[in-house]
Amino acid sequence: MNPMKQITPIAYRLLLVVLIAAPFLGAYPVFVMKLMCFALFASAFNLLLGYTGLLSFGHAAFLGGSAYVAGHAMKVWGLTPELGLLAGTLAGALLGWIFGLLAIRRQGIYFAMITLALAQMLFFIALRAPFTGGEDGLQGVPRGKLFGVIDLRNDLAMYYVLLVIVLAAFLLIARTIRSPFGQVLKGIKENEPRALSLGYDVARYKLLAFVISAALSGLAGSLKTLVLGFATLSDVHWSASGQVILMTLVGGLGTLSGPLVGASVVVVIENKIGEVGQLLAGLTGIEWPHSLGESVTMVMGALFVICVLAFRRGIMGEVIDFAQKRRQGRWGVSQNGSNQPAIRSGGVR
Amino acid sequence: MSTPALEIKDLQAWYGESHVLHGVDLVVQPGEVVTLLGRNGAGRTTTLRAILGLTGVRKGSIKVNGKQIIGMATHRIAHHGIGYCPEERGIFASLSCEENLLLPPALTGAGKGMSMTDIYAMFPNLAERRHSQGTRLSGGEQQMLALARILRTGARLLLLDEISEGLAPVIVQALARMIRMLKNQGYTVVMVEQNFRFAAPLADRFYVMENGRVVEAFGSAELDGKMPVLNELLGV
Amino acid sequence: MDLFNLPNPPLSALLSQLLLGLVNGSFYAILSLGLAVIFGLLNVINFAHGAMFMVGAVLTWMGLAYFNAGYWAMLVLAPAIVGLFGMLTERLLLRWIYKLDHLYGLLLTLGFTLLVEGAFRSVYGVSGLTYDTPDALSGATDLGFMFLPNYRAWVVVVSLGICFVTWFLIERTRLGAYLRAGTENPRLVEAFGVNVPLMITLTYGFGVALAAFAGVLAAPVIQVSPLMGQNLIIVVFAIVVIGGMGSIMGAILTGLALGVIEGLTKVVYPEASSTVVFVVMVIVLLIRPAGLFGTQK
Repeated sequence: MNPMKQITPIAYRLLLVVLIAAPFLGAYPVFVMKLMCFALFASAFNLLLGYTGLLSFGHAAFLGGSAYVAGHAMKVWGLTPELGLLAGTLAGALLGWIFGLLAIRRQGIYFAMITLALAQMLFFIALRAPFTGGEDGLQGVPRGKLFGVIDLRNDLAMYYVLLVIVLAAFLLIARTIRSPFGQVLKGIKENEPRALSLGYDVARYKLLAFVISAALSGLAGSLKTLVLGFATLSDVHWSASGQVILMTLVGGLGTLSGPLVGASVVVVIENKIGEVGQLLAGLTGIEWPHSLGESVTMVMGALFVICVLAFRRGIMGEVIDFAQKRRQGRWGVSQNGSNQPAIRSGGVR
Repeated sequence: MSTPALEIKDLQAWYGESHVLHGVDLVVQPGEVVTLLGRNGAGRTTTLRAILGLTGVRKGSIKVNGKQIIGMATHRIAHHGIGYCPEERGIFASLSCEENLLLPPALTGAGKGMSMTDIYAMFPNLAERRHSQGTRLSGGEQQMLALARILRTGARLLLLDEISEGLAPVIVQALARMIRMLKNQGYTVVMVEQNFRFAAPLADRFYVMENGRVVEAFGSAELDGKMPVLNELLGV
Repeated sequence: MDLFNLPNPPLSALLSQLLLGLVNGSFYAILSLGLAVIFGLLNVINFAHGAMFMVGAVLTWMGLAYFNAGYWAMLVLAPAIVGLFGMLTERLLLRWIYKLDHLYGLLLTLGFTLLVEGAFRSVYGVSGLTYDTPDALSGATDLGFMFLPNYRAWVVVVSLGICFVTWFLIERTRLGAYLRAGTENPRLVEAFGVNVPLMITLTYGFGVALAAFAGVLAAPVIQVSPLMGQNLIIVVFAIVVIGGMGSIMGAILTGLALGVIEGLTKVVYPEASSTVVFVVMVIVLLIRPAGLFGTQK
């Protein structure tokens, strides 16, 4: 039985080729870069939820917190991009360590609520703190020169640098999942009491997973700041936490490729809805469709409801399951049954 | 022959994907005391739970007083006159002793249950401890409580799971007296019992279960003759 | 309104903030109470609780704006409508996820929240709608040492009343015994012949109706807007972590206490007022991880 839910390496190579060629295929580099940042964010988040079974509702703190730190470092302290990214990533790791220490004291649902509350605290701090620029956000973050040599103001240069970084981070996540460490995480997700009885210091593993997830989320946030040139409150708002959960859910929890797909779907929907609204308003002259942009919230809500009720394995979860079933044929009984929930289910109820 | 109080035919049951009962057949006439014997894991508790719809998927036939109940929702089943004492006793910690006693509702369509006066007369300990938190009662008192509360509802078919388990001999004797008294009053009792010495004098008939099936069935008159078989099956 | 004859103006400011803190605390108490009750029986953290609070307030505004239905009518109607809506939601949508990990409950109700808030947002935008204090409760009473705003006093009194009634219902009545037992062991209660699925539906409806009731109370004091439930629910989460969800009285007391603490912080150290609840949560987590009244669940 193949315990790793994954699509074939060929698919990944194909994706890489497409990404390398994308700017020449007519895609807006900035848009694709934004997509890749969120894909990284979702992958980092999935490490925690899909593979360790911990639902954090406060990941916006790492995305946004690091965004501000990296932005500040590059704009005010004048650090070069690679140092700015490093600063952001470390900020994410540090925040992750603090949040993790507090949240891991409680289980399940309390864990989620604590992370949400802590992230909200960070939001309010960001709202008031002078260096974040409050409601206006931190603007004018320079692209700078990578290593003092590569001028990132060129969108193409920025694109390929970001592609390399995101690829490296993604490979790191993939490596982590396949390592013995990753196996322990999966064990904790599936049966924590058993992992405890086997002698694993479960709390430490959870904390480490949390820190890694937070650090890479911080990297995503820092990259986003570098690309877009600003960091705003929406990066630390709890809706960003909700968004990354949705991305992972839609794409497929516990699959490596799921977050990539989920992030793409969600980002594209968000952008499309606005356009459709504008178009409708322009055509008909009616006021209401203008605020179809507000419908993004409703669409997200509807997606959540649909995913939880009918589509828990997400897109890639379904695809991989379908492919596995075809390979095994009728006589291959999958170990966990065809209705394996993406998050471990708690007891008979 | 009158309608059996309980008639189970080819009952199969699952917990999730685990197939636990493989075709149970048993009949209980009104007023009988029947004991389910067997080793741990034989499926005795599961059979009781299956009657109440507390397992996963079920197939087969379960009739109470002639009415088919296998497709019914759990909360409707009790109203066919069933009272249940679960193996873990199920005394609620957030309720007082008296609240525990009053919890199971009077069963619709059943006769009148015992009045509170009668119950407190039969179980004076519970009267004394009526305001204590349910789980502060001793093991024996909790068992009495579990039994008393279903007598209040008007249930005439009692499903008792390991009521003597873990209790002092004095209390076990008191329980035996109560079961005998209930039998004299015409209650039908199905007991799952590990304690053979407790069950043997009380039961009219015995079923022995193994691997989710009934493998032996006999009356109390045949008990002596069946001892060698029982020794083998149960290690009695 | 400078009619105080006190040598110590800060005292009146203190008392005024204290009262406001009690008002907020009342909302916190009602909401964490509903959240705890729903979580106890359904094992679902109802993220939509804040949205239900908001709907209660918006319905109150709508009642007056469209149907000339006043405050007193809406005090009854809004919770009724929301309660009904909640029961429908439970019956049709929530019940499918009970057998799953209860994190899905959080996600599903998050989805509800986004749907509901998004819907109201697209109609009313994000700016606030004003709702006037009902005439019978407007103005202030002169207590000598301070002027007591009538409406705020009303809110606190009514909230405490409703909390007490709820506590009494749950802890001291037969009906409450069903709920408490159902929270502990729903399958056994069902085996006794109690219609537990119905009880679950009614409980959810009751919980959200309570939230809507708080929303009606809030309409004259907090600016009515589709976003008013958002930040509130997160604070309520923190309160629930502090208090633990094991006890009804615990939820009520924690809510009130934190509202007061928040109010006092506004006087002493205003910049921290929006984060003080979270800070308390951090402290409690370090000292008593299970929560002040909590039973580890």
